[in-house]
Amino acid sequence: MATLFRRRRATATQTERVRERRHEGFLRHANFRWAKVSGGLCLLVILSYALIDVSPRPNGGSWYGYTLGTIGALLILWLTALGYRKRRMTSDFWSLKAWTSAHVYLGLSLIVIATWHTGFQLGWNVHTLAWALMMLVILSGLYGVAVYALLPQALSNNRDQMTQMQMLEAIRAFDRQLHAAAQPLPPGEAAPVLASLEQDPFAGGIRARLTGRYPNRATAAARAALTEAVGGDAEARAKVVALLTQKEAALARLREHLRLRALLEIWLYVHVPLTFALIAALSAHIISVFFYW
Amino acid sequence: MSDPVRVAIIGSGPAGLSAAARAAQLGLSHVLLEKTDHLSDTIFKYQKGKHVMATPNRLDLRSDCRFDEGAREAILAIWDEDAAANKVNVVYHAEVVEVTGEKGAFQIKTAKGDVIAAEAIVLAIGTQGNPNRLRCPGNDLPHIIYQVDDPEDFKDRHITVVGSGDAGIENALGVAEDALENRVTILNRSKDFARAKAKNVSDLMEAEENGAISIRTETQPKLVEAGWLTLETPTGDEKIQCDLIVARLGSVAPRAFVESMGIEFTGPDREAFPKLSPTFETSVPGIYVIGALAGYPLIKHCMNQGYDVVEFINGNTALTPADEKDLAAIFAGLPERKSVSEWLDFLRTRVRIFADVSPLQMREFMLDSKVAFFPEGEVVFEKDEPGSSLFAIAEGHALVEVSPGVTVPIEQGSIFGEVGLISGRKRGATIRAGEDSIFVEVSRTAALKLMAAVPGAKRVIERISLERQLLQIFKGGLTAEDLAPVVDGAEVIRVPAGKAVLEEGDEGDDVFVIRSGSMVVEKNIGGKPIFLRYLPAGSYFGEMAVLSGAPRNATVKAAVGSEVIKLTGAGFKAMLAARPQVREATETAVAERAAMNSFIESRKATYSSAVDLYSDTASFIMKEGLGEATDALLIDENLCVGCDNCEKACADSHEGLSRLDREAGKTFAHLHVPTSCRHCEHPHCMADCPPNVIHRGPDGEVFMEEGCIGCGNCMRNCPYGVIRMEAAPPPKPGLLSWLLLGRGPGPGEPSPKWTKANMPEGKKPKKIAVKCDMCKGLAGGPACVRACPTGAAIRVSPEEFLSIARLEEDAG
Ligand SMILES: Cc1cc2nc3c(=O)[nH]c(=O)nc-3n(C[C@H](O)[C@H](O)[C@H](O)COP(=O)(O)OP(=O)(O)OC[C@H]3O[C@@H](n4cnc5c(N)ncnc54)[C@H](O)[C@@H]3O)c2cc1C
Ligand code: HEM
Ligand code: SF4
Ligand code: SF4
Ligand code: SF4
Repeated sequence: MATLFRRRRATATQTERVRERRHEGFLRHANFRWAKVSGGLCLLVILSYALIDVSPRPNGGSWYGYTLGTIGALLILWLTALGYRKRRMTSDFWSLKAWTSAHVYLGLSLIVIATWHTGFQLGWNVHTLAWALMMLVILSGLYGVAVYALLPQALSNNRDQMTQMQMLEAIRAFDRQLHAAAQPLPPGEAAPVLASLEQDPFAGGIRARLTGRYPNRATAAARAALTEAVGGDAEARAKVVALLTQKEAALARLREHLRLRALLEIWLYVHVPLTFALIAALSAHIISVFFYW
Repeated sequence: MSDPVRVAIIGSGPAGLSAAARAAQLGLSHVLLEKTDHLSDTIFKYQKGKHVMATPNRLDLRSDCRFDEGAREAILAIWDEDAAANKVNVVYHAEVVEVTGEKGAFQIKTAKGDVIAAEAIVLAIGTQGNPNRLRCPGNDLPHIIYQVDDPEDFKDRHITVVGSGDAGIENALGVAEDALENRVTILNRSKDFARAKAKNVSDLMEAEENGAISIRTETQPKLVEAGWLTLETPTGDEKIQCDLIVARLGSVAPRAFVESMGIEFTGPDREAFPKLSPTFETSVPGIYVIGALAGYPLIKHCMNQGYDVVEFINGNTALTPADEKDLAAIFAGLPERKSVSEWLDFLRTRVRIFADVSPLQMREFMLDSKVAFFPEGEVVFEKDEPGSSLFAIAEGHALVEVSPGVTVPIEQGSIFGEVGLISGRKRGATIRAGEDSIFVEVSRTAALKLMAAVPGAKRVIERISLERQLLQIFKGGLTAEDLAPVVDGAEVIRVPAGKAVLEEGDEGDDVFVIRSGSMVVEKNIGGKPIFLRYLPAGSYFGEMAVLSGAPRNATVKAAVGSEVIKLTGAGFKAMLAARPQVREATETAVAERAAMNSFIESRKATYSSAVDLYSDTASFIMKEGLGEATDALLIDENLCVGCDNCEKACADSHEGLSRLDREAGKTFAHLHVPTSCRHCEHPHCMADCPPNVIHRGPDGEVFMEEGCIGCGNCMRNCPYGVIRMEAAPPPKPGLLSWLLLGRGPGPGEPSPKWTKANMPEGKKPKKIAVKCDMCKGLAGGPACVRACPTGAAIRVSPEEFLSIARLEEDAG
C-alpha cells in the first residue's frame, strides 16, 4: 500500500514535470483548468438564478441564498488558506502554482457567487460591509495578478544579472573610490561629494520606494556642482565627476529594483489585512443572520 | 653519522605520529622527522577553530595517541601531550630530501644536510606536497608567504598575489576585503584566468571594477626587494610598492620524491598510489608507506595504520587489521561461512576485474562495496532505475532482460551495471539472478579508484562497457561476436569542451559513441550556426555519412569535456551488412534525425527569429555548463516575482539551510540559471571526498550522506559554486506559532543573527557541506518547484528543455 501511494505521487510529479517543461505560468496552468471550472460555476449560478423561482423574492435568506452563501463562505476560507499553504512545506505532492491558479480564478468567481447570493439587496449594514470588503480583496487581487503579469520582465531587465547585494556593494565601492578620488579637491568642491557619500540610498520612505523618486539627490547635486566648477585640479575633478555619474547609474538601478519589488509586494499588504477584516465582517454577518433573522 | 635507528618515520601527521608512538612504546629505537617546527602540518594548517571529525564512526581507534572529534586546537594540543608522554623522539626542521641505501642500511638526508641512518623507513608525508616557490631573485625574503591563514592578519599593506588559480584569486579577494584597507595587486602570467572557476573570475573582475584589486595580466615578478617588487610586463619592467607577497603557484605532488626512492606506483594517473603489500611495504623492501600517501585520507585510518605498520616491522605478523570487524560484517550475510581472508581470496580468484588487485587493495576496496546472495529469479535492479554502481558475479550467473521475455546470460567472473558507472545515467535493462548467485556491488567511486589503480581491471571494464553500450544502441539481434571487429578497432578520444568532433562538409565515415559528457549538433543555416540537437552520453552520431556516403551534414562539438569512442566506418559497415535488421533500425533512426533537421531548416525560413532564439538559448544553456547537467533548476524571469519562496521552501525542507541562490547566476532572454546543483553527469564534487560520502541516489540526485568531515574539497571542486560549508541552525518554532504569535524567525533560512542568538548553550556548530539533494526522500519532489507560486521555477534536464516541442511552441 505504501509503495502504491508513492508510485501515484511519482506519477503526479512526472506529469508536472512534463508540463513544466513548457513553462506554463499560473494563469495558464493545466490549460486554464481553473478558469474553466470557475467560469462554469459562474454560469451555473447565473442560469440557475434565472431559472429557479424563489418566493417571495430571491435573497440570502432563501434556501437558494443559503446554498450560495455557504459555498461563498467556504470558498473565502479556502482562499485564505493559501497564505498557510504557501509557507507550510509538507513533503507530499502539491504545487503552489496550481493553488495560485485556482485561487485567482475561484476568487474571481466569488464576484458572481456572493453578489447573486445577496439577491442584489445591498444597503448600509454589516452584510453589505462583508460584501464590499470582499470586493476590495478581489480588486486588490486583480491588481496583484496584473503586476505579476507585467513586472517580472522589467525586474529581470533592470537587474541585468546582478543581485541586490551586488547592487548595494557596487554603490559602496563607488563611495570608496569617490572618497579616495575626492582627496585632492578643495573643500568647496569636496563638500558636495561628501554629502553624496553620507547619503542614505534608502531614505525617503515608502513613497520614494514606490515612485522611485527620492528626496535626497546629493549625488546628482554633487555632479552638477562639480561639472560647473572651474579652475583647480581639473583632472581630479573629471575623475570624480565620472565616478559620480557611475554612482548615479548604480543608484538608479538599485532604486528601480526596489521600486519594482515594492510594487510586486505592496498589494499583499492590502490584500491580506482586508482578508482578515473580511473574515471578521463575514463572521458578524453569519452570526447576525442566525441570531436576529 | 650515528648508529642506525631501527625505524625512521618521515612526516609527523596522524599516521607518522601514531607510528612513532608505537615504536616508542615497543622500545624500538626510532626517530620522527618533521619538516616544519610543529607536529602534523596538514591539520595545523586547517582553518582556525575547525571542527575535526572522527569518521568512520564504526571503526575503532588503535593507537597510542588519542583522537576524537573536536576543535583543531584541542586535537593538536592532545597530540603534543601524547608525543611527550610516549617519549617520541621528534626532530623538527628536518625536511627529508633524499633516501638512499637498502633495507637494514638506509641513509636519509635532510635539507639541512644531516644524514640519518635507519634500518627501516615509514613514509607518512601525506599528499599536500610542497608549494612551488617564486623563482626570481629575492625569492628567499621573509615577506613572501605561501598561504594565507586569516586575511584579517593583514591590514593596510601593499599586497601582491602571484598566481592565477583559484587559491590565488580567493586569497586576493580575501585580503582585498574593504575593511582591511590593503592595496592588492594580482599577477597573471597569461592573458586570462583559464584555470580558475568562473565564479572566482567574475568576482575578481568585479573587484577590479570596484577598484578593490588591480589585475596585471601577462605579468610576472622579476625581482623582490624589501618594500618593492619589480614586474616584467609586456611593455617593459615596472617597479611597484609591495610589502607582502602571497605566492600561490600550486604545489608539487610528493609523487616524484617518492618515486626517486625507487618506489613504484600502480599507474600513471593522478589517482594512482604506491604499490603496497598487505603490511604496507612498498616495492622497495624496508620502506613502508601509510596514511594519505597510501590512499587513506581519514585521520583514524592514518593513526591505525601507524600502529599496525610498526607492529609489522617489529615482526608481529599475527596482527589482525583494525578493519577486520567491518569486513567480517560485510561478508556476514552470505550463506557460506568463511574467514575474511578466505572470502577475499575467493573473490580475487573468481572475478576477472579483481585478478590483479593486491590483497591490501582488496581489503580497502571491499569496505566500499557490498556482497549479497541473490536467490534464483530475484531482481538486482530494474530498467530505467538510476544507479551508479557496478556489479561483479562471484558465483552463479545473471540474466539481462534485453526485451520483454528475452534474456541474455552474463557468466560468472564478469560484470554488469557498468553503464550507470560510466555515464551516471539510468539502468538500461532489468537484471535478475539466473541461479542462486553471489554478486559484489561496487560503488562508483570505489570502481573508479580501482580502475585508476589496477590497469588490468580498467581494460576489462572498458572493453565490456563498450560492447554492452553498442549492443544496447544497435539492437536487432546483435551479438558480442558480431561486435568483435568493431570493438577491436575502437579508440577512445578525449574532446575538450567546445571542440568539434565532426565539421559540416568534412569527408569521413567514422561513427562515434559518446561515452561521457555530451555533444551539440549544429548546422550552418543562412550564415549562422543553428542548434539542431543535444546528444547526451550514450548516444551516437556520424552514422548518416556511413549510410549515405555523403559528406558530414552537420557539425558536432563537445558541450562539456567529453569522451567519445571512435568506430571505423568500415567495421561499422561490416556489422550492418552482417545484420540486416540492425541496418534497418539504423536507417529508421537516421530518417528521424534527418526529418528533424529539415523541420528546423524550414522553420528557419519562415520563423527565423524563433529559431534564432531557440538556438541562442541553447548556446547560452551550454555556456552555463548545463551540457553536463542531468537535472537543473531554471527560472523563467517572465514569471518570477522575486518572492524567494523557492529558497524558503528549500530551507524549510532541509535543516533550515537553503541550497539554492535564486538571484545569483546568469540570465539570457529572461531565462535564468540560478546557483544550484545541476546533478552533473560526472560530478566534479565527488572527485576528492576523504570519507567518500558523496553519491548518486536512486533518482539521479547527487547527495551527501552523513559523515561529511567539512574539509571543503567538494566546494572547491564544484565548478558551479553551489556547495556551501554551513552549520545547521537550531530548530525554530512551528509555522502556526509564527503566523499567530509571531514567534521565531518565520519561514526560510533564519538570519545568522537569529541563529547565533538561539544556538543552544554549549552546542558547537559543525560546518559541513550542504548542497541540493533534489529533495531526496520527499514524496512530492523538489520543494523549490512545488513552492513557486507563479510557475517560474522548473527543474529539467537539457534534453527535456531543448526539446523540439519548445521550438514549435515559440514559433507558434
Ligand atoms: C581542510 C581539510 C580538512 C580535513 N578534515 C578532516 C577531518 O575532519 N577528519 C579527518 O579524518 N580527515 C580530515 N582531513 C584529511 C586529513 O587531514 C589528512 O588526510 C591527514 O592529515 C593525512 O595524514 P598523514 O599523516 O597521512 O599526512 P599529513 O597529515 O599530511 O602529514 C604529513 C606530515 O609530513 C610532513 N612532511 C611532508 N614532507 C616531508 C618531508 N619531505 N620530510 C619531512 N616531513 C615531511 C608534513 O609537514 C606533515 O606534517 C582534512 C583535510 C583537509 C585538507
Ligand atoms: C475573497 C477573496 C480572496 C481572499 C480571501 C484572498 C486571500 C488571499 C490570501 C490570504 C493570500 C495569501 C497572501 C500571502 O500570504 O502572501 C492571497 C494571495 C494572493 N491572492 Fe488572494 N484572495 C482573494 C481573492 C483573490 C482574487 C480574486 C485574486 C485575483 C484576481 C487573488 C490573487 C491573489 C494572488 C495573485 C496572491 C499571491 C499569491 C502568492 O504570491 O503566493 N486573490 N490571497
Ligand atoms: S555540486 Fe557541483 S559538481 Fe557536484 S553535481 Fe552539483 S553542480 Fe555538479
Ligand atoms: S562532502 Fe565535501 S566537505 Fe564533506 S567531506 Fe566530502 S568533500 Fe569534504
Ligand atoms: S530540489 Fe530540493 S534541495 Fe534542491 S534546490 Fe530545490 S528545494 Fe533545494
